[in-house]
Amino acid sequence: MSTLRALAQAQAVAAGVAQPVATVRHLHLSERPLVLVPLAMAGEANAPLAAMVGAAPDEARLLVVPQPRNRNQRFAFAAELAAILLPYLDSFRGVSEAVPVDRGRDVRYRYVDAPQVLVPNPAGVTFLRLFGRSTRFRRPDGEYPVHPSVPLLGCWLTFFAERAEHPGSAALVAMTEALTLHWATGQSAVEDLHLPALLGWIDPPPGSTGAEAAARAEDPQVCPPAGPATDPDFDNRRLAPAMTAYAEAEDDPVARAGAYAQLERLLRDQLTPTWELMWRGVGLLRGLPPGARVAGRWDGDKDAFTGYAEHLDDGGGPQPRRDGAVAAAVRLHRLERALASYAVQRAYDDPLVMAEHRLTGEAFVGDVTLADPKRVDDTGKRPVLRPRIQVVTTEPVVVPVGATLYSPARPGQKAKVVFLTPGADGKTEVVLELSGGMGRGLTAPPGSVPEVGERLCFTTLSDAFMPAGNFPASEETPWTHGGPPATSGPAPDSGDGDPAEEWT
Amino acid sequence: MTDTAQRLAEIRGGVPPRRHNARTIAALTGNPGCTRRAVLDSAGVDKPKLAERIGFPARFGQSRFAITRGNAFEAQVKADGGAELLRLVAERLGVPVPAGATWTDLGGAEDLPDRHERSRAALTGGGDEPALFDHPLLGLDVAGRRVHLEPDLVAARLGGRFHVVEIKSFPVIDGQADPAKVSAAAIQSAVYVLALRELLAAAGHDPGLVSHEVVLVCPRDFANQPVASLLDVRKQLLVLRRQLDRMARIDDLLADVPAGFTADLTADPATLTAALTGVPARYAPECLAACELAYFCRHEARGHTTVLGRPVREALGGLADIREVLALADGVRAPDPEQAEAAALLRAAARLRADALAGNAA
Ligand code: SF4
Repeated sequence: MSTLRALAQAQAVAAGVAQPVATVRHLHLSERPLVLVPLAMAGEANAPLAAMVGAAPDEARLLVVPQPRNRNQRFAFAAELAAILLPYLDSFRGVSEAVPVDRGRDVRYRYVDAPQVLVPNPAGVTFLRLFGRSTRFRRPDGEYPVHPSVPLLGCWLTFFAERAEHPGSAALVAMTEALTLHWATGQSAVEDLHLPALLGWIDPPPGSTGAEAAARAEDPQVCPPAGPATDPDFDNRRLAPAMTAYAEAEDDPVARAGAYAQLERLLRDQLTPTWELMWRGVGLLRGLPPGARVAGRWDGDKDAFTGYAEHLDDGGGPQPRRDGAVAAAVRLHRLERALASYAVQRAYDDPLVMAEHRLTGEAFVGDVTLADPKRVDDTGKRPVLRPRIQVVTTEPVVVPVGATLYSPARPGQKAKVVFLTPGADGKTEVVLELSGGMGRGLTAPPGSVPEVGERLCFTTLSDAFMPAGNFPASEETPWTHGGPPATSGPAPDSGDGDPAEEWT
Repeated sequence: MTDTAQRLAEIRGGVPPRRHNARTIAALTGNPGCTRRAVLDSAGVDKPKLAERIGFPARFGQSRFAITRGNAFEAQVKADGGAELLRLVAERLGVPVPAGATWTDLGGAEDLPDRHERSRAALTGGGDEPALFDHPLLGLDVAGRRVHLEPDLVAARLGGRFHVVEIKSFPVIDGQADPAKVSAAAIQSAVYVLALRELLAAAGHDPGLVSHEVVLVCPRDFANQPVASLLDVRKQLLVLRRQLDRMARIDDLLADVPAGFTADLTADPATLTAALTGVPARYAPECLAACELAYFCRHEARGHTTVLGRPVREALGGLADIREVLALADGVRAPDPEQAEAAALLRAAARLRADALAGNAA
């Protein structure tokens, strides 16, 4: 928890409304995101009860499972969801763009856009991950055949759930996390997990404070939970009788249709408020201008989408239940790098995020008071352009002489600290020697060296490319790490219980 | 009746103490620093009713779907005289699966003292042969009061040692379960381990015969096949022991409680609210999931940094009052000497925030 964010929370309490903690939007928002609000049956292992899904506010589709413990109905729900999700994914596979690779000597192709799925909260992400897990190993043949789209849905849900763990990815986003990335409320982190309360703070209805709106949102009678868990009172008083009525009407088509309609009505009423909140959240986020590096991160999502679509086209199998040792290490390494680079990118894109680093001394802002853009260092084998500038700052400078700094204004340029002179008035003079980002000659192109009067931020955070670590190939996994994973043999379908097993 | 018992009875009003179970005892460890809770729990006050009476009803409802499913899974696992259960437990403990085991159901409708005696006799009667004991009636001292526990639990005796076996209906998927549910199960099991150990110790047996390794039986993946895992509850035992010791020193706690304090549900709400306010609490957002008074205490603590959670409070230099935080941050109030450091940080933060929001920074 940064002091800056904590202070914003204190200010939110005093102001009675959430306070911004970002000046730009730090995630990509699709033109047509697929909003998905799932509900699960209490007590069951991730059994879907209902979902509202669609790519526009007026395109809500309601899916209902009248008997969630019934295995066939569960997979019928999966097939229905697949019939919405898979065409949505396909709609992004029309147009590709060429991306230069290998220093421009070659190109590869990726789709120009990618799908984006929005769920209300992190529990919604977990629901999709587990639903992916419960469907991707199913088979269209054998004893309990499912519709062929079901395992495909499982693979894609797993793909999205894995992307959601990747810092900076916007392929699958929990709305509560997207909102708290940009606003600080006057309530705690656990309370922020409740989408209605969170939006109550961010965008309270006219005439009420955020605290009042959040308090109202906590009453499940007024405001149903945003799922996947349902309100126990709703379960006991409304849902259970409706389900019983449906079950009892088994032999009577008219009564059954009536009971189904009643279930639909109940579940629609539980889901619609969350559906509307989701789109309000989208609207609030759209109101922020995107950060400069957001598009670059979205390119990563486009790459991942293209790659996985090709994997499936090539007949690739479902993701394994567990990663092998090498795959797990590679994945962890990738996530750590993504996390570090995501933090730096947000700071570079947003002065309010950079302010957190200024507070801890990892960055400072100052004015350029002297500049020698023509300075050449000729002590080495050949002369090199090494301009120097002097920056005066009122902020504490905790970096030592010799440290390398970077400025978001010229991310390709390094600035080495040559002298540090604290002044009597609390100011510090910092002399920096610049390299990089100035072409190859001995004269710096205009604009590549900061000029006197410029106000700049310098930081130890670097947005430079970090090389990937070296890992053995998966078939060379050392015995200390379990040896190479078994790759041959049938798809690992039996581990999750026998596909023929009763689920009730 | 001792003076203390008398005082606790007065606090409660003219009703018998609320019955405890492993869940309520486990919940005692939720916010150990809170005097309000310790006193109310020691007195056996019906906190859900109290919260309702003062206009801050708790929301700890349980879905009947979850209850039905839990019961069905438990019945399935215990079927056939526990044959399947015995195999699961033995395999998980790494001991040879015995050819059979006795199954003793210690549940029943008779009087508590009789049932208690039956459980005591069965569990402390010695013997080494494999045995499963269902529904034992156990007891613990909570704040000087004997509390009976009726766990839906099986105590398994294998190789001369007892293991608490907890049957829960949340799934273990690819070897992983919901961490919050696992930790709740661990603390509840620790309550049983403790009670079982005390029972053995009281009969002159080695309490170490009850293992700190609890066997958790859950459905595996998405099906109903049970799978057993081991939970080491040593840490939970320590926490629990500490809180029970604290409650045993109830007299120290009562010293902080104004004379005439009442939680008598027949008193009018304004009286109850005023009385509660006189007993120190220590609200934290974690209370929302652990204590029935949470909405009341949160309301009472509004304006304080604790409402925002411990990390926020710490990031604000540990200051308690939100108005004070803002006054120091805006520089409209001079800090006390011990606040100087926090104040300097807050002022810098406020300046940087204002700067960045005004679009001034580079
Ligand atoms: S809710 Fe109140 S009484 Fe309960 S533990 Fe928290 S502070 Fe104590």
